[in-house]
Amino acid sequence: MTDTFTVADLKRMLLACAGADEGVDLDGDILDRRFDELGYESLAVLETGRLIERELGITLPDAALTESDTPRALIDAVNARLSRNGAEHAAPA
Amino acid sequence: MVVTGIGVAAPNGLGVREFWSATRGGRSGIGRITRFDPARYPARLAGEIRGFEADDHLPSRLLPQTDRMTRLALVAADWALADAGIRPRDLPGFGMGVVTASSSGGFEFGQGELRKLWALGPGHVSAYQSFAWFYAVNTGQISIRNGMKGPSGVLVGDQAGGLDAVMQARRQIRKGTRMMLCGAVDASLCPWGWVAQLSSRRLSTSDDPTRAYLPFDRDARGHVPGEGGAILVLEAAEDARGRCARSYGELAGYGSTFDPKPDSGREPGLHRAIELALADAGVRPDEIDVVFADAAAIPESDSVEAEAIGAVFGARGVPVTAPKTMTGRLYSGAGPLDLAAALLAIAEGLIPPTVHVAAAPEYELDIVSAPRPADLRAALVLARGHGGFNSAVVVRAPRSEPDPKGDR
Repeated sequence: MTDTFTVADLKRMLLACAGADEGVDLDGDILDRRFDELGYESLAVLETGRLIERELGITLPDAALTESDTPRALIDAVNARLSRNGAEHAAPA
Repeated sequence: MVVTGIGVAAPNGLGVREFWSATRGGRSGIGRITRFDPARYPARLAGEIRGFEADDHLPSRLLPQTDRMTRLALVAADWALADAGIRPRDLPGFGMGVVTASSSGGFEFGQGELRKLWALGPGHVSAYQSFAWFYAVNTGQISIRNGMKGPSGVLVGDQAGGLDAVMQARRQIRKGTRMMLCGAVDASLCPWGWVAQLSSRRLSTSDDPTRAYLPFDRDARGHVPGEGGAILVLEAAEDARGRCARSYGELAGYGSTFDPKPDSGREPGLHRAIELALADAGVRPDEIDVVFADAAAIPESDSVEAEAIGAVFGARGVPVTAPKTMTGRLYSGAGPLDLAAALLAIAEGLIPPTVHVAAAPEYELDIVSAPRPADLRAALVLARGHGGFNSAVVVRAPRSEPDPKGDR
């Protein structure tokens, strides 16, 4: 896992947690499509959020999952959390 | 009120054609459990559905959120719609509803999540556990997949619930819903589901598939459980005629009762359920050509059923069959599957057999032990649920002429 969370990472985890709907092309430009347009309801996002947390060893605030309605919003929320953790680690103890 | 589509997932046949081919020929789907090792359990036989690959039939989107019973139900619903020649997107969403029955919910899914909870911790439990186990989930998933927003619900009454669901759908058609999907699929052949079933103390502990489930036999010793069921498409007769749909037959009458308190000395409710169903259909006992029995294979319960049938039809007064001897008892799936079998029997003019059973003479029942050709106009389907539920449904051959009274 690199330092930044990418759309490819998200796509892999969405597929693992919630599969893909018929007729939805996840290989297209999905960054600004709404999750519900992509066939993912709130539980699918929640489920994917848990996998992100487990894989990256982070804890996402509830709002990151309930208020991110597009892949871009969720990716930004994850990266914000990653860089904050990075900053905390870099800071002298 | 007519059935225009049937979807079947049964241990002796996946799909209507395979199921009927096996059932009319007396081919059983009962065997030793293969999906987990049953060696340490007191009961080891079941009617398992073989060769069902969910991802051949369903989008990957549905797989992480569905128990096996829901996958089977979704596919059976797809098949029923295709059989009826109905594309849901062509009908208004609020004109289509779904009523299913459920007896146990999604045990296998739940077992997997419990395992994750204890082995890995709460962060690993699927968010889909919130509904995947739930009794109402088959109705919900079928309605979402097909855009069916009309009156929907779920009934829980063990075997009887399967008939109750179909007749609840009939009620919705009468109130004006254009089309209903109804029926039930149950499946809990996993260790957790198995111990739950064992707690009923009604499971046969025999290891011989030909001797394990013997309703109305002196060697009756409990039942073999199975998985599966059937989903039916229901329409008002005039609507089905209007689109030139093939009708399998009519749901003509329904009766449902609850048993009195044990040891009350009052008569069990099955007899009255039969009489209510005949009265609702407006048929006399001698107009019923075959009875599909509940067939508990517990001596006291067999005796109650034999007495109820005898009281209405007389000694050996009607052919009685239990094709569930080839599938095991499917809980809520059993009633809808028997309705399907009854309609297919009427269509072919052949009563499917009750396999392996040597009927005890004291029951005075005409048990159909080999496939029996017969001119069938009407059939009675019985189902009882653990705890006192009794339901009876009369199905009738399709009419060739429109009903002058206007049948809804």
